[in-house]
Amino acid sequence: MRKAALVGKQSATEKVIKDELGPMTPFHKELRQTNLQGLARRWQHTIESTTPVTERWSQFWSNHFCVAATDSTMSALVWPHEYEAIRPHALGSYKDLLRAAILHPAMLLYLDNAQSTGPQSKAGARREKGLNENLARELLELHTLGVHAGYTQQDVKQTAMLLTGWTVSQKTGDKSAFVPAMHQPGTKVVLGKTYREGPEALDVFLTDLSRHTACARFMASKLCRHFVTDDPSPVLINAVAQRFTKSDGDLVETANALFGHDLAWAPDNPPKFKRPEELVISANRMLKLPVRSIEQHLGAVLAMGQSLGRAPSPQGWPDRTEEWLSPDALLKRVQWADLFGDAYRESADPREVMRLAFAEDLSTSTAHAIERAESGAQALALALASPEFLRR
Amino acid sequence: MNSAPFDVPLSLTRRDGLRALVRAAALACAMPARLAFAAPTTSRANSQRRLVIVLLRGALDGLAAVPATGDPAWAELRGHAEAAARSQALASATAAGNAAGIAAAKASELRLDTTFALHPALTTLHRWYLQKELMVVHAVASPYRERSHFDAQQLLESGGDRPYVQTTGWLGRALQSTGQPAMALTVAMPLALRGADSASTWTPERRASNHQDLMMRVAQMYRDDVPLANALSQAMGQQDIAMGADHDRGLISLARQAGKFLSDPKGPRVAWLEAGGWDTHTQQAGRLGRLLPSLDEALAALRNALGQHWATTTVLVMTEFGRSAALNGTGGTDHGTGGVAFLAGGEVAGGRVVADWPGLARGQLLDSRDLKPTLDIRRLIGPVVQRQFVLGSSALERILPGAPDGLVDLYRT
Repeated sequence: MRKAALVGKQSATEKVIKDELGPMTPFHKELRQTNLQGLARRWQHTIESTTPVTERWSQFWSNHFCVAATDSTMSALVWPHEYEAIRPHALGSYKDLLRAAILHPAMLLYLDNAQSTGPQSKAGARREKGLNENLARELLELHTLGVHAGYTQQDVKQTAMLLTGWTVSQKTGDKSAFVPAMHQPGTKVVLGKTYREGPEALDVFLTDLSRHTACARFMASKLCRHFVTDDPSPVLINAVAQRFTKSDGDLVETANALFGHDLAWAPDNPPKFKRPEELVISANRMLKLPVRSIEQHLGAVLAMGQSLGRAPSPQGWPDRTEEWLSPDALLKRVQWADLFGDAYRESADPREVMRLAFAEDLSTSTAHAIERAESGAQALALALASPEFLRR
Repeated sequence: MNSAPFDVPLSLTRRDGLRALVRAAALACAMPARLAFAAPTTSRANSQRRLVIVLLRGALDGLAAVPATGDPAWAELRGHAEAAARSQALASATAAGNAAGIAAAKASELRLDTTFALHPALTTLHRWYLQKELMVVHAVASPYRERSHFDAQQLLESGGDRPYVQTTGWLGRALQSTGQPAMALTVAMPLALRGADSASTWTPERRASNHQDLMMRVAQMYRDDVPLANALSQAMGQQDIAMGADHDRGLISLARQAGKFLSDPKGPRVAWLEAGGWDTHTQQAGRLGRLLPSLDEALAALRNALGQHWATTTVLVMTEFGRSAALNGTGGTDHGTGGVAFLAGGEVAGGRVVADWPGLARGQLLDSRDLKPTLDIRRLIGPVVQRQFVLGSSALERILPGAPDGLVDLYRT
């Protein structure tokens, strides 16, 4: 039955994908297969990792620099973006990470910079294409400074001009390239600073953004929200932001500032409500279950409201409890726990793994519920639906 | 913890059983063990026999299913609850338009003998009892004397003396030694059938899961967690109608399917059914008022689907333990010890309650709270296994190691 129930969900997933992406040609199928393989690799990595904090750290940045499978081409690119752009830099410098993230073909296509053309460029002069501000705006708003950093529409437009020319190579089809014929000639002025014409301006510009106080503060607040609590203490955010600035965006230094701070471990911090993907991954980790079929998990996570690789906006998946905790979403989680508990009832003694996982933090009501469950499967379902397991 | 389970005066039933046991033991000494057991049954008859085990996970309250209305302590202990169960049964039978159910519920009780009755919802079982095809076994338990569902089910299914000593199941070991095909109508292979190559599992694509019970437990677990409790209660409000309708369909349709499987000449000879939801810590009358009719109807559906094979079928209904003799503070019962089992089928020497009744007065209860178990359920399982699989005593010792001798009068012939 487990198979049957999950297959039911799988075909629902396929339907969603089909509705979103249109009919499946062999090429589309190949793209979809690539997507599933990439996701499976991510899950395997995460579930088997002996350094789970590093995994979570990488995935935080992957979500921060979100790309989504808005069409079949993008579906094959979302996970390569994480592996090729995010992972190599997640423990390096923020500026290098930023550069890799926005110049990866996935991002250039997702936020339309691949087509953005300087109005006065050679291509623009032929009126083939024009400026697209999408990446420019998200670069300022989502990737670096935050929405209230004080930049203007003019700054956005100038940023877009500066970004023109960065596209996906027509020749190789899968590599980023700077195409001078699409680049807007002349200098650009963003946030009061003048940048020269040409590809070199981007590095200077990204370095300036990464050193902006708004960037340090934005990164620090997002990190604290993700790793500590929905509404982290301003003192903690300041400490992380200061180290980010002082270390020139060294991400290991930043992580040390965060994880080394007492306020990150304050017992009165309300815990985080796991996203569906986190929930299922953590269940696999707790029970030491390898990923057998990623499609099964994809269906389960989708039923709980997260379509993996298809975040609804460039903002990525939200990071606050109220975005994920609703009556229907909670019901779906309990139903998932029911199915999962039944399917994997033999994997472990729920009492034992919950004691190991939560030690003295296991509440008596959860411990009692598990203890009094009428079967091993039900005990596991209760463990997976418990308040402490739904949160982290 | 090991209290002596058989330290009460012998009832007539038990004395008869022992006398028969002695006779059987004498026979066994007089001839080779294998012959002693194989002789009465030909292998042909054996291959025609069917065995169905129904495990009620969560611990059925034996005193609700089979009230001891004739016990002097009954009225004070459960009289009120029994009346509530009857009015509940009448209400649900009326709602369902079930004429037989209404009539049964209106009748004073489904009397079995001077001491025992059946829960008003168990009308099919009562009919079988009158036809002498149902044996009710009371104050029965596995050797387990603590109160964890997991451990108790592990022991009941593994067939050992203590939990976790045996890692395969008693039914699995029996199947493996004979090669009879078996089918568990479950998702995962139950422990009881593990160890057999010939055991398989099957469920329909859409399983009616025991959501209501799980939801109640989840709600209880969330009670101190305001955001989760609120969200869940809203969700359940929306789901009530949708879920209530299908609540009891699972076991009935699986039982019918089991009967179909067993009727197929190429199908299994042994079927395993199980149902959860019996852990009635709260509002027991209402919950059993829904669950017991479903069990009763499931057994009727099983028999109906078995057709002519009913004549050579044995059905054993069991649960991991009984429940506290008195009701708790939330209209339910907590984990207990002694409970009931049912044995039904065309060859079963039914129409009687097999019980070495320990009594319900406070001093007669185990730990002053539970019905004291006076019969080891392995004394029931042993003869059922021997009947189905035609096994000698040494084979039986491997299947139920350390088990006491079986009751010898379970079958008519």
